[in-house]
Amino acid sequence: MIQLTPLPIDTAAILAQATHVEAGGLVVFVGNVRNHNARLGKHVLRLEYEAYEAMALKEIERIVEEAHARWPIKAWAVSHRTGTVLPGEAAVVLAVTTPHRKESFEACQFIIDQLKARVPIWKKEVFADGDEWVSAHP
Amino acid sequence: MQVKIKTFGVARDILGSSEVNWSTASKTIGELKTELQARHPALKNLNSLFVAVNHAYAPDDHVLTETDEVALIPPVSGG
Repeated sequence: MIQLTPLPIDTAAILAQATHVEAGGLVVFVGNVRNHNARLGKHVLRLEYEAYEAMALKEIERIVEEAHARWPIKAWAVSHRTGTVLPGEAAVVLAVTTPHRKESFEACQFIIDQLKARVPIWKKEVFADGDEWVSAHP
Repeated sequence: MQVKIKTFGVARDILGSSEVNWSTASKTIGELKTELQARHPALKNLNSLFVAVNHAYAPDDHVLTETDEVALIPPVSGG
């Protein structure tokens, strides 16, 4: 299940979607918003997320398809926020289950790493004195 | 040829609109990208710039058609 949502993520619902009777290891990754940008030494007031939704959904499907070819994934679910997200809130929740934990950890890490590298979602950090699109410039 | 180009994030800020109608003589995605960077030099300062066609990353040699859904993809930062 893939969800892009402007509302707070229901982590319990994601875990429930990623549960399967043949799978003993469920790994969940929660990406929370930090209140500080260490590079700039600035306090972060909020993040503004936007997605190219039609492509983001397809790109996540392609990533999960690649993961399926490498690990025995029995169930999975991912939810990603759009719009305003405050420090301490989850921006992304990803849950993956396979029969055993090793494969679940590996598959979960693969999917979140690929999501961050490829899926067309952008975030802008908002500070008291301005804002910046994350990773846009060297 | 006339193509509609969707823009996101910093690329939207640079082009000034979330969708632009672009008249172009470019035949391929690579030519279109070069043309956009020439018109909007700030695009050259980004860490990366990809073009998506019909919801997938397109290689530079992809041949454009008017019905393609074209999107400019500046550096992504999901998660």
